[in-house]
Amino acid sequence: MVAVPSEFSGNVIEVAGLTRRFGRKAALADVRLAVPRGGVFGLVGVNGAGKTTLLKHVLGLLRAKAGTVRVFGRDPAADPAGVLGRVGYLSEEPDLPGWMRVRELLRYTRAFYPSWDEAFAEELRAAFGLDPAARVKHLSKGQRARTGLVLALAHRPDLLVLDEPSSGLDPIVRRDILAAVIRTVADEGRTVLFSSHLLHEVERVADRVALIDRGRVVFSGGLDDIKGTHHRLTLRFPGPLAAPPPLAGALAWDGAGAEWAALCSGALDELRGAAAGCGAQVVAHRVPSLDEIFVARVGEKATAPVEG
Amino acid sequence: MDIHISPHDGVPIYLQIVTQVKYLVAAGRLAPGDELPAIRVLAERLLVTPNTVARAYRELEVAGVVEKRRTAGTYVADAGSPLARRERLKILAGRVDALLAEARQLGVRTDDVIDLIRQRDELLQPAPEEV
Repeated sequence: MVAVPSEFSGNVIEVAGLTRRFGRKAALADVRLAVPRGGVFGLVGVNGAGKTTLLKHVLGLLRAKAGTVRVFGRDPAADPAGVLGRVGYLSEEPDLPGWMRVRELLRYTRAFYPSWDEAFAEELRAAFGLDPAARVKHLSKGQRARTGLVLALAHRPDLLVLDEPSSGLDPIVRRDILAAVIRTVADEGRTVLFSSHLLHEVERVADRVALIDRGRVVFSGGLDDIKGTHHRLTLRFPGPLAAPPPLAGALAWDGAGAEWAALCSGALDELRGAAAGCGAQVVAHRVPSLDEIFVARVGEKATAPVEG
Repeated sequence: MDIHISPHDGVPIYLQIVTQVKYLVAAGRLAPGDELPAIRVLAERLLVTPNTVARAYRELEVAGVVEKRRTAGTYVADAGSPLARRERLKILAGRVDALLAEARQLGVRTDDVIDLIRQRDELLQPAPEEV
């Protein structure tokens, strides 16, 4: 299929109808994703949900077989130079040449990026305590991640893509990474897309979130909107129930006897109305954490057959 | 400015910032005219997106707690401003409604709620400066 050049709509990333199969397994199924310019976009999902496959399409490492991928309005697989020059990328296990020294690796990488900021690279290297003479293969996992971060940031990319950047790292390195994310978006107009299964980190730094489960985007939107449309209601029934009653909007239940807590999606007054309709009194209400919403959403689909 | 974010308790982060700044002002730890940190500075310190801090500052401005001065920064507002006072009372009225509704649901009488407010108020009085 010949991709028709799309009008650059102001979204830094636009993915539509993206489907990818590995053998019989659907890694991505009709994925639609729009990442607006500026801000931090968090991609969440369990391991194997399709996050990395999606990011590889965004980076042009995989070519879209069905559907379209646009980054800065261009196809990253067809125009890698036009796209990747403006992108910084850090993967979970950065693939760095072990035989190089840190100093050599920085000089080597710099050659690929006209916009490389030498002073900024040096500032980051010093702040992270990276020894310029150290061989990459002798660096600790944390120092390797920091090296990868310098390489991803030093050309001041318009788009920073991080794939599970905090995975397996200690809190201090994780802090460095999150601070780099914040600093990147604080620079006017820059965008960060990062995947993570550490939902409390995503909840902290993300403006928008997409939840991916088994290759599908379950929901996508502003974090505030997502939190505003999910509620955790504790319901008290006149007598003990063996199982929670059907309640419109309820995604997951927790409880026993006469008191049950429901994680619901929908407008609060409608949910209250529905609760009253099944004879329950709402005794507590709070905004659920992203983690709770995630579990409720993914758990909901756990009984649905996996296609393949 | 001593602010702690707890991402686990479900309260939106911007609201945590709003509540804590209000508390710091109420407790006298932020005085009228004090400057709040710049948005990006606080964002980096708290490890939250700048948009979240910007939203918190906007809410605080609408509530009359802080004011922007010639785009040069955000300062704790002078509590004497009548407009700010009206705004504050409007916001408080909403909170009082929610409080009364909850009290009714829990079977607590309004007089007991008022007593409780007095008790809590005494606890909130500015503590003597610790050295």
